[in-house]
Amino acid sequence: MREFDYQRAADVAGAVALLGADPDSRYLGGGTNLVDLMKAGVERPARLVDIRELPLDRVESTPEGGLRIGATVTNADLAAHPEVRRRYPALAQALLAGASGQLRNMATVGGNLLQRTRCGYFTDVTRPCNKRVPGSGCPALEGEHHNHAILGASERCVAVHPSDMAVPLAAFDAVVRFETADGPGELPLTEFYPPVGDTPERETALPAGALITGVVLPPAPVAARSRYRKVRERASYAFAIGSLAAALDVRGGVVHEARLALGAVASRPWRAHAAERVLTGAPATPETYAAAADAELAAARPLPHNGYKVDLMRNLVVAVLTELAEEAAR
Amino acid sequence: MTTATTPRTGTRAPSVGTARTRVEGREKVTGAARYAGEIPFAGLVHGWLVLSTVAHGRIRALDTEPVLAMPGVLAVLDHRNAPRLNTDFASLLGMRPDPTCAVFQHGRVPHRGWPVALVLAETSEQAREAAESLVVHYEEEPHDTDFGADRPDAYRADGIMPAVTEKGDLEAELAAADVVVDAEYTTPEEHHNPMEPHAATAHWDGDRLEVFDSNQGATWVVGDLANLFSIDPATVRVRSEHVGGGFGSKGVRAHQVAAVMAASVLRRPVRVVMTRRQMFTLIGYRSPTVQRIRLGADADGRIRALEHRSLSATSTVFEFVEPSSGVARVMYDADAHRTENRVVRLDVPSPTFMRAPGEAPGSFALESAMDELAVACGQDPVALRLRNDAERGPVSGLPFASRRLSDCFREGARRFGWADRDPRPGLRRDGRWLLGTGTAAASFPAGVAPSTATVTAHPDGRFTVRIAAADIGTGARTALTLVAADALHADPERIHVRIGDSDFGPAMIAGGSMGTRSWSWAVQTAAQEVRERLALGTDIPAEGITVRANTAEAIGALTPAERHSFGAQFAEVAVDPGTGEVRVRRMLGIFAAGRIVNPLTARNQLLGGMIWGISMALHEEAVRDHASGGLVGADLAGYHVPTHADVPRIEADWIDDPDPNDPVGIKGIGEIGIVGAAAAVANAVWHATGVRHRTLPIRPDRVLSAAAREGAPDA
Repeated sequence: MREFDYQRAADVAGAVALLGADPDSRYLGGGTNLVDLMKAGVERPARLVDIRELPLDRVESTPEGGLRIGATVTNADLAAHPEVRRRYPALAQALLAGASGQLRNMATVGGNLLQRTRCGYFTDVTRPCNKRVPGSGCPALEGEHHNHAILGASERCVAVHPSDMAVPLAAFDAVVRFETADGPGELPLTEFYPPVGDTPERETALPAGALITGVVLPPAPVAARSRYRKVRERASYAFAIGSLAAALDVRGGVVHEARLALGAVASRPWRAHAAERVLTGAPATPETYAAAADAELAAARPLPHNGYKVDLMRNLVVAVLTELAEEAAR
Repeated sequence: MTTATTPRTGTRAPSVGTARTRVEGREKVTGAARYAGEIPFAGLVHGWLVLSTVAHGRIRALDTEPVLAMPGVLAVLDHRNAPRLNTDFASLLGMRPDPTCAVFQHGRVPHRGWPVALVLAETSEQAREAAESLVVHYEEEPHDTDFGADRPDAYRADGIMPAVTEKGDLEAELAAADVVVDAEYTTPEEHHNPMEPHAATAHWDGDRLEVFDSNQGATWVVGDLANLFSIDPATVRVRSEHVGGGFGSKGVRAHQVAAVMAASVLRRPVRVVMTRRQMFTLIGYRSPTVQRIRLGADADGRIRALEHRSLSATSTVFEFVEPSSGVARVMYDADAHRTENRVVRLDVPSPTFMRAPGEAPGSFALESAMDELAVACGQDPVALRLRNDAERGPVSGLPFASRRLSDCFREGARRFGWADRDPRPGLRRDGRWLLGTGTAAASFPAGVAPSTATVTAHPDGRFTVRIAAADIGTGARTALTLVAADALHADPERIHVRIGDSDFGPAMIAGGSMGTRSWSWAVQTAAQEVRERLALGTDIPAEGITVRANTAEAIGALTPAERHSFGAQFAEVAVDPGTGEVRVRRMLGIFAAGRIVNPLTARNQLLGGMIWGISMALHEEAVRDHASGGLVGADLAGYHVPTHADVPRIEADWIDDPDPNDPVGIKGIGEIGIVGAAAAVANAVWHATGVRHRTLPIRPDRVLSAAAREGAPDA
């Protein structure tokens, strides 16, 4: 493990200045992913800028009726926040489905968005990996990939994004706010993670040196009836092999509005616009839900050992939407 | 030898059989207990192992110069400058040492993750950074890590038991059978990573070598180190006071040998600790298996023909056989009976003993096949096993010293509510979940091995017991305290049991479910003699009265018999056919496993085994990437074991079964808990869904794929 400097930032401008344009520096939030990667040699920063004491630990209502979530709010605090639970229950459920109690107490909102894939080739520095060493190759294509991407992947990389939290955030049109030396900026979450294409090493659209300051959730009344279902290989403390954040507003037996995002199927949380288009205005029936899933999954390009994810996601969409509709009818 | 199975204690209530928390429990939960990697030493040097990144080939060069110039670096040991070792000996268990522990003796690389160098530095961080910076150049050769049933180079191999047993005309009995089950079962590569990593500190105190270690037997480690370094075992002392889990992995491994080498070269204390990832190639593991079972039975379920064939893998440098067909040699008799263990050599790390070697994967195959036979015969799975309960060893023909398998099934079936079970699959639902129940039998050999112990009576009424036992988390230290208390007619509070020190004399390892039994025999023998001497009214001098016992002769006098523990496992599972998730809802194991010394820690061991069975059924699988020859995700994030949320309402209990030939009545309980547990879960998955899973673990992707293939009840 490389020796590194450690500095603690007192304010946002100071943090951005401390990091500067040094590509060898990293912001340190909860460290639940970064420190592991440093131990594995995947990350070898010369300097860490600790941002945990920045005044970004608040969850506040916006005048429009949404929420503004600070970047250093812990996953545990965000999951427990009464307004999150009331207005965006799928977000609270997704947070609680992630990691363990200890990790959720440390992990931050900003860090959660920036966590790296858990692909076993990425985390092993003795293997090739286009994300870690561009151009070195992707052994997952021919090797172990039963939990890799079925949507939006490329020949260069088939890794999936591991975040649970980001899945409902994508469904609810979250906007990521950040600060740079040149001033603040923002990116919708659906544009925050660029397509893999030929540059799997480029994981976010953030400018160099940018510090995530928070996430803004616009008002979304449909989100009040929402659900996050995570499928994993054990009952707790495992990354998803498929997950779904869904919100459904049914009026008179017809879908008035629906929000869907799929997790663990792509390099980013996968907002299911094609499925939403099928759902909107259609009768709220399992047949509609299946047609919506099929519309989204038509683009799926499974590998030899992850074709089950297509069935899994289709079944999940039908099951969760059916539950939400039944709940609404009660 | 004939002895009373229960000590006469006059009016004193026996301590054996009472529930006791661990005598070292307070030290452990307060952090006061020191483990091998945390004992302070002045002038300590830290060693970091460098492992090969190719699967097969030869070291061409190591660029040690730049590494030696790094801060704090003292030396680099590799095959060019390391002391020579002797590997021509048989260790305590009768096997030659695995060459993986004889580090840096040549430049060949037989598998990925083979130790190629040790970097020594003043701090652990400096050693690690330097080790990770060391550039090693290899001449790479093609490798072969592809395990499967169709390996033409597989061969029959004995290992710890004969490769083949057979009697009767198998094909004729199969042809005459009303019902035949013929199926292939596969289990994956599994790893027994204890929570405490392998760690050792070695230092020379004058002419005496001292090693602080985490192991399953100080006697074992002393013997191997003395042989490897060609030194007198009397000059070697190994201490291992607290051990955070072993499961078969903690004998002599690369880290102790590397630490002793470095301590010899630098003449300073040297510590070597393995990382989690290094443990996945250096400490052994359970080989994957492919097993073929053929059962032929009469219409009423009586088995006429039984064949159990198993194939496992081993490394090119060491022959370890996972003896999966051995379980059939104990469990069920048949007119024609054939078992066979084969092995294939691959460019993989050496496998080793992992909790219930042979029985764990073997019982998955055999007890799944028994469930398939029950379905094929239209018999209840419990009734089928009662019908086929063996009277004598199916292979040996010897009588069983005790065999209460049927009693375990009857008691288990009663408590589990088995009588109400509808045998038809795929019928029960709870919301999105399909429910099912399954059962399986368990057995494990009840062995014992010679040990020595001393017991000292002190003038103040206290006693000290010394034995080179290892408490690897089993509660052995507490069990021995209770055994000594009864033999001495004393309160357990007056007895101090000291373990984990080779200076206490030779003793059996914590392994083969034989530790506590073997040590108890020696402790009981010495303690009984102390009590007899004290009964004469002797004055106790200041240095105390010490008696030493050696059980070799008494154990040698045991008559041949089939000696085993038995058990019956029951499981209820829920399967979501839409997502492939399998969750165990409840589990019950009933065991006939000798006299239970401490119900608290015994239950803990049996439950631990059963949870390992859940793990084997649903979670554990090391995935080998054949392009590189290495594992993918070799850490506890990638290699899944159950979380608390995966462990349901689970109960273990036992029926009375004191061993008639053991002075304390013990049989050993370390391993039987896992045996049959995975089959019980897999059989319950069949009952829930109607789909038979013959490949472990039963992961969601396999459930979904199998349902798509076989057309399971509709999601």
